[in-house]
Amino acid sequence: MSVQERSDRKSGIMKRSRRDVLRRGSVLAGSALAGAVLPESAHAAGEADKNLPPNIPEWMKSPGADVGSELYGTPSLFEKKVVRNVPKDLKQYTSASCRTPLQDLDGIITPNGLFYERHHGGIPTIDPAEHRLLIHGLVERPLILTMDDVRRFPSQSRIHFIECSGNPAYDAIYGKTASDLVGLVSCAEWTGVPLKTVLEEAGLKPQAKWVIAEGADAAALTRSIPIEKCLDDAMLVYSQNGERLRPAQGYPLRVLLPGFEGNMNVKWLRRLHATDEPAYSREETSKYTDSMPDGKARQFTFYMEAKSIITRPSGTHKIEKGFNEITGIAWSGHGRIVGVEVSVDEGRSWAPAQLQAPVLTRALTRFRFPWYWDGEPAVIMSRATDESGYVQPTFAELTKVRGLNSFYHNNAILPWRVATSGEVSNANVKA
Amino acid sequence: MSKLETSAALLLAAVISSAAHAESSKYGIGRLATDREVAGWDIDIGRDGRGLPPGGGSVQDGRKLFEEKCASCHGEKAEGGIGDRLVGGQGTLTSAKPVKTVGSFWPYAPTLFDYIRRAMPMNAPQSLSNQEVYALSAYILNLNGLVPDNATLDAKSLAEIKMPNRDGFVPDPRPDVKNEACSKDCKN
Repeated sequence: MSVQERSDRKSGIMKRSRRDVLRRGSVLAGSALAGAVLPESAHAAGEADKNLPPNIPEWMKSPGADVGSELYGTPSLFEKKVVRNVPKDLKQYTSASCRTPLQDLDGIITPNGLFYERHHGGIPTIDPAEHRLLIHGLVERPLILTMDDVRRFPSQSRIHFIECSGNPAYDAIYGKTASDLVGLVSCAEWTGVPLKTVLEEAGLKPQAKWVIAEGADAAALTRSIPIEKCLDDAMLVYSQNGERLRPAQGYPLRVLLPGFEGNMNVKWLRRLHATDEPAYSREETSKYTDSMPDGKARQFTFYMEAKSIITRPSGTHKIEKGFNEITGIAWSGHGRIVGVEVSVDEGRSWAPAQLQAPVLTRALTRFRFPWYWDGEPAVIMSRATDESGYVQPTFAELTKVRGLNSFYHNNAILPWRVATSGEVSNANVKA
Repeated sequence: MSKLETSAALLLAAVISSAAHAESSKYGIGRLATDREVAGWDIDIGRDGRGLPPGGGSVQDGRKLFEEKCASCHGEKAEGGIGDRLVGGQGTLTSAKPVKTVGSFWPYAPTLFDYIRRAMPMNAPQSLSNQEVYALSAYILNLNGLVPDNATLDAKSLAEIKMPNRDGFVPDPRPDVKNEACSKDCKN
């Protein structure tokens, strides 16, 4: 044992005993204690290195926090910056959105506390014991279900993304971070009952072509779902990543329409109205319709088309010369991602990235691309292709067809610029 | 019928209805909703006005209500503020900066009743009477030059209004953008 090690151990024992004194000695005056402790920590040689090799880190020298000291666990103190990205200075926050910090996350599952939010009348507080789901309209048996009833049906769990249709708006492609750009997408494992099962329980009549879903929020938000989707992969979900839905995600019950724009995945679901035509509600006429240059607006634009983004390195990151793994996420409302290509020369050439299993339909897919950066300025970007053969377009290709006022469904390629300093920033620059 | 008899009859009806539900459905989960329950919760108004309740409201009453309950967010003249702009913009939809309002963009007048009743005012949704919702709908339509100052709207007259942008919506034509999966010497 070296002299240094011995002295480390010795001081460790001393520290522990002092800490015990601290714990027990609540009656002692703070100033006297501070006087006793401070000189030691202040004089320690190489304060910055004290937990680094060859020294023994402080956190090994005394027991850590007790088992169960947090009844519901939270992230490390050192991850406090990984939080939702809430826009500043909005006129109001009742009908607004905030984003997932995509650049800080790995894998394909979004932690529940970081799932993006978009509400139209705030987040209601609903006691599940008082929540009811009414199914009526073109059904044989109008039904009322309690949450206990809903949970009695045969259940399913599936992993799907939900994405806001304005992610980003066509005039909002200049954000600093990956989150600023496409942070209105998140992905989770959802558990619930197929919508088909519940509709069949009520006895859907053949004239039913649409089901209007309504939330129990202050917006009583209403969207119409085509019957084909209702009878395909639509679900009523009550759990997200293993636990009950968070209030901001529709607790106690929401609609899940894999691949369809986020707004249709009605939260706090209280009513399903089977009808022969859509509601033509405010949310599917004056909002969530896509204005074209000829003045017409596309309506019932349900699907989120294939999209991808490099999340690391991305805006505000700084990289080192040499090896860098490029990684990001890709997804499509039309099914599985079959390929992601990466360009490190501003789109002149492209090479396939590796897709991380599992590659699931209508779920985020993680891609990786090994890269040796030579220190020269570079523009890096990714391009997704889905199983329908659809290839993610450039912003120029997209706007050539749709103009700049369609607001929703911008799935353009997003380029990052790497400066000689290694600093990464958005390569879309406002003209 | 005595109180006891009424309760017994209701109980019997409930048992029969549950049994009927259990027999005809696969799982027998849940219970049948009563007409009263459905009527209380079904606030959907169709684009053709189906579901609009009896009663009516005038532009004049709507003006007063708007000043009291709406102007603080939507502006004195519904020109917008914290809340959306509700007036004007007709003829701008093909321009570089379309102004989308009730008058320039909304395709169906009954949707106005549906939305105001379910979601407005934002701080007290579902607090307005049907009469008040008719009056506010009438006033906003009047501000957009779609009904005269002395108009009173009811289920029939609200549904009869032809909104300027009724035919302004088209079905989804996507995929509408084709990108080649170029890998070498791409133009970009």
